[in-house]
Amino acid sequence: MNLHEYQAKQLFAEYGLPVSEGIAVDTAADATAAAKKIGGSKWVVKAQVHAGGRGKAGGVKLVDTPEEAGAFAEQWLGKNMVTYQTDAGGQPVSKILVETCTDIAQELYLGAVIDRSSRRIVFMASVEGGVEIEKVAAETPEKILKATIDPLTGAQPYQARDLAFRLGLKGGQIKQFTNLFLGLAKLFQDMDLALLEINPLVITDEGNLHCLDGKINIDGNAMYRQPKLREMHDPSQDDEREAQAAEWELNYVALDGNIGCMVNGAGLAMGTMDIVQLHGGSPANFLDVGGGATKERVTEAFKIILSDENVAAVLVNIFGGIVRCDLIAEGVIGAVNEVGVEVPVVVRLEGNSAELGRDVLKKSGLNIIAATSLSDAAEKVVAAAGGAE
Amino acid sequence: MSILVDKNTKVICQGFTGAQGTFHSEQAIEYGTKMVGGVTPGKGGQVHLDLPVFNTVREAFDETGADASVIYVPAAFCKDSILEAAASGIKLIVCITEGIPTLDMLVAKEKCDQLGVQLIGPNCPGVITPGECKIGIMPGHIHKPGRVGIVSRSGTLTYEAVKQTTDHGFGQSSCVGIGGDPIPGSNFIDILSLFQQDEQTEAIVMIGEIGGTAEEEAAAYIKANVSKPVVAYIAGVTAPPGKRMGHAGAIISGGKGTADEKFAALQDAGVKTVRSLAEIGNGLSEITGW
Repeated sequence: MNLHEYQAKQLFAEYGLPVSEGIAVDTAADATAAAKKIGGSKWVVKAQVHAGGRGKAGGVKLVDTPEEAGAFAEQWLGKNMVTYQTDAGGQPVSKILVETCTDIAQELYLGAVIDRSSRRIVFMASVEGGVEIEKVAAETPEKILKATIDPLTGAQPYQARDLAFRLGLKGGQIKQFTNLFLGLAKLFQDMDLALLEINPLVITDEGNLHCLDGKINIDGNAMYRQPKLREMHDPSQDDEREAQAAEWELNYVALDGNIGCMVNGAGLAMGTMDIVQLHGGSPANFLDVGGGATKERVTEAFKIILSDENVAAVLVNIFGGIVRCDLIAEGVIGAVNEVGVEVPVVVRLEGNSAELGRDVLKKSGLNIIAATSLSDAAEKVVAAAGGAE
Repeated sequence: MSILVDKNTKVICQGFTGAQGTFHSEQAIEYGTKMVGGVTPGKGGQVHLDLPVFNTVREAFDETGADASVIYVPAAFCKDSILEAAASGIKLIVCITEGIPTLDMLVAKEKCDQLGVQLIGPNCPGVITPGECKIGIMPGHIHKPGRVGIVSRSGTLTYEAVKQTTDHGFGQSSCVGIGGDPIPGSNFIDILSLFQQDEQTEAIVMIGEIGGTAEEEAAAYIKANVSKPVVAYIAGVTAPPGKRMGHAGAIISGGKGTADEKFAALQDAGVKTVRSLAEIGNGLSEITGW
């Protein structure tokens, strides 16, 4: 789960880290009022979406009057913002963050992720902060400084000092960076984060470190023990169909093609999409119905797949492990009857009692095409959807 | 010969009296696995499925001399269960549960490494040596004793590979589902090295997925250390890149992790790659001459 910038900064503030004074608002009038309340003569207004690249998309602006803050809010609220990190539809803007303006002498980068290879939380820092950081990492990897956190001892002050000196920080900045590093490490641990990023981490004209942006992603598996973060969830940033699928514990991702796929297991679901494409077709979605492919879940899965009007045929590919295929076949028949599926449905059942399952499908009298193998299923569904591209 | 488990492997189950533990222990016993007991705190002294129930893993280990423990407890308690098993003296832990917080796994994995314990999983189907020992949730009946070692990040994709190697008549020496989580207890390299040393294993099937760099690391390992023929399939060529948040993920992966990069790395290591999931069996025939 992702957090908005204003929520990330709220957490930073709770952990004693330096952030700008700011107020998140959801109307233009409140944006004007927020600027007046914060005071001063310059403000930064930032549209809140779950994506980076907002600056280039016009979602961040420096304003000189509270009214300009209101106008910016008017311009963005209710609209979708498209950045290079979103899909073509963009993400809806429902909040604007109004902040005090910060004088920037230098922009640094500070991020932390769980690194699969070293099996550690890894902090990354660079003097080359800003939007080109990925280019810096690709072309001059030596400019990305790293600190790996031992899972048994946690982050230590010496690691912060080491990074701070290598970043060229001086005097009081060393202590400031140490507090920042240890605070972020504690936040990462306490809140079950998967990713944390401050880009840029700036040095102000006065020489102080300041968190100018904040991105946080939380480990979905840990949400059960993060009630406070659950409340911060903004459903408007989620894809509607994906959210509906999640309610039934179905994992769904919409794609551009016309062949709906319903598969058990994430790996097999990807493998099925791949084989459809190899046979000249184009998958309309990824959908993992999970281990217990019951009639109810198969029915919901059909509803979600068919809510995409591009779908011209559906491929059901189930490898029955413990679950018997004849029971799955009955589930598919029940679902097709209940939902009233009008497009051809190709079903490939394999594993436990597969032949029995195929018999059940044959006797149903429905427009269900039984496939004998994976390749056969892919060929049949591509043909049913109107042939290869 | 086989890897990790065989007909002599004595197995206990953590979460033994729960629904999952009961169902899959019954299946394992039916398959012929040498189940010797189970652990459910507070139910020590009871008998379940004709086997003794213990309060702690240490007690179960001391009383039964178990070689392996399989974990079916809910995700929230798995870190504790893995650490308990690792501290008891058991040398092989197979954790089936999915949904364990990643930070829990960082600690559990580190501790297992320190204690010299082999952890398989979590979020995996388990380990099977066909005809001898089944630890996990895989359907036993699709397997057949034989000459191919299978290692996979995905449950149902493993079954596809198993089915094809059975249908072709090759059979399997052992099959290991390492699980799809970011921090698996064992990775491809751990299992590949076991297959390389195992006399029964004549060829290896490796099934990967997009994300992470485990397949690229495995490719480098194969190039340097594995002399047996390897067939590999990577799922996710058509998967979209997905929405992103920030840059940290891209920086740490160095732009690796796509299916095409994984295929390329494996080909470079001399591995026979198949682009279609349905071609795993044929791929094996091609490189082994079977």
